[in-house]
Amino acid sequence: MIQIENIHKSFDGHQVFRGVSLGIAKGTVLALIGRSGCGKSVLLKHVAGLIKPEKGRVRVDGEEIAGARGKALTALRARLGFLFQGGALFDSMTLFENVAFPLREKTRLSDRLIQERVFQEIENVGLSGSEYKYPSQISGGMVKRAALARSLVSDPEIMLFDEPTTGLDPVTGQSIIELIDACRQRIHFSGIIVTHEIARVAPVVDRIAMLHDGVIWAEGTASDFYASEDPMVKAFMGERTNDMHQMQRPGEQEGETERPLSSETGGRLTTQSTQRGGINEEI
Amino acid sequence: MFGIIRKFGASTIETIWKMGTMGLFLMRAAVLMAIPPIKFGRVLKQIRFIGLQSVVVIFLTGAFSGMVLGFQGFYSLSRFGSDAFLGPMVGLALIKELGPVISALMVTGRAGSAIAAEIGIMRMSEQIDALELMGLSPYRYLVVPNFLAAMISLPLLTAIFDVVGIFGGYLIGGKLLGVGAGTYFGEMAGYVAMSDIMEGIYKSFSFGVIIAWVCCFKGYYAGVFSGFGSEGVSRATTQAVVLSSVLILVWDYFMTSILY
Repeated sequence: MIQIENIHKSFDGHQVFRGVSLGIAKGTVLALIGRSGCGKSVLLKHVAGLIKPEKGRVRVDGEEIAGARGKALTALRARLGFLFQGGALFDSMTLFENVAFPLREKTRLSDRLIQERVFQEIENVGLSGSEYKYPSQISGGMVKRAALARSLVSDPEIMLFDEPTTGLDPVTGQSIIELIDACRQRIHFSGIIVTHEIARVAPVVDRIAMLHDGVIWAEGTASDFYASEDPMVKAFMGERTNDMHQMQRPGEQEGETERPLSSETGGRLTTQSTQRGGINEEI
Repeated sequence: MFGIIRKFGASTIETIWKMGTMGLFLMRAAVLMAIPPIKFGRVLKQIRFIGLQSVVVIFLTGAFSGMVLGFQGFYSLSRFGSDAFLGPMVGLALIKELGPVISALMVTGRAGSAIAAEIGIMRMSEQIDALELMGLSPYRYLVVPNFLAAMISLPLLTAIFDVVGIFGGYLIGGKLLGVGAGTYFGEMAGYVAMSDIMEGIYKSFSFGVIIAWVCCFKGYYAGVFSGFGSEGVSRATTQAVVLSSVLILVWDYFMTSILY
């Protein structure tokens, strides 16, 4: 569904991407991890068409988003939902007006239908009762929930999450991840979640990709990452390896093993170091 | 030596790039103003903000500007025995020059700075990106309404300034310094022509374009040209007010020489 092909990008002489390639199949969600400042959010904005690569292509269902303009770009973006790191709620509007905004501006639905839809979405994210509050009057977690409601109200096929749990306490962060998972079960979107918190996100994604040194350094399932011997992957995973053993999908019973996730590599993590050495390591 | 030349060259290129970006910004706004849909709700909201909420400050500055003109004009003209021409002097000065310029400077300080700050904060908090990703044009929502509102509000505010200023001049010249009402208003009617009034309107209309153009541009590109974060927004706001004010005065000179 999303194809990122060999993109290169630099800012003020600093090379951020040196040939990033990634694919997200329809109906799957990928977690994009990496060190702070490595370009995860920049990659997400390339998928959304907010930034254009200097070289390479980004395609959504075969259509190139970087070169799209006017109605073609509008049509592509109509299929996208984006959860910004800070929420990006319109701060002069209430939560109700924020969530209703895409419906009012892009559809011909009646006020009554819009109201019903908005109240339903706000209830889905657990913010009933806060409809008429302003973003400055609510907590960070509530801002993220409201922003999630706004991005989902148009039923997007593709969702992009830019660090949805950054800045939140562990309990609130976990509730946001559970909410994303519940929305995914309901709407069945494809998507990318940019995050530092791999342990929290691992149970709800199908694959993980690690961005490092301007390329996709490693890609595979959560289990692959956990078991990887690649030094960079191990350094990033660090103390989280124990957490990953403990993480369960929301709703799973105690004692059950982690739900097996699909792995195209048959259980072997694809990393830059294995590719360069031409050695297929048993992970 | 070469380092200095290189820096000067880079600085010149950057300045030209900024000017070009600013020019393209104006062109894009002009094109979108001519092509529907226009967000009339936003336009009305901005007319209320730029126009209606500036009436008090325009009233006060107009009144005191007229009163000062009345004083200074009377004492200057009376040296030549021409104090009977106080009315035309106050009327022409306000209608052709002081009304449009001072009104525009007041609106720049009050509304222009707020527009630059609002759009700048929206840029920093990714609200403009959110608009784009919804498939909506930030220009139609943020820029075009401000342009239309400023172009409508400035001539009206200038008219209020002129009327209040003229009566302020009469308050001093007539009631305090003894120039008769018939002399004051009668001579004014004889010397102020429709062309003078239209000159003031053309000026105020173009000043509205300048205020909207500079303040929207500075806010829209706050993260690019002014730095990041709250400091970037404050720098963008300051630059917007300063550049608007300077451009208003420069453009006033060119308009005066063209319309003279």
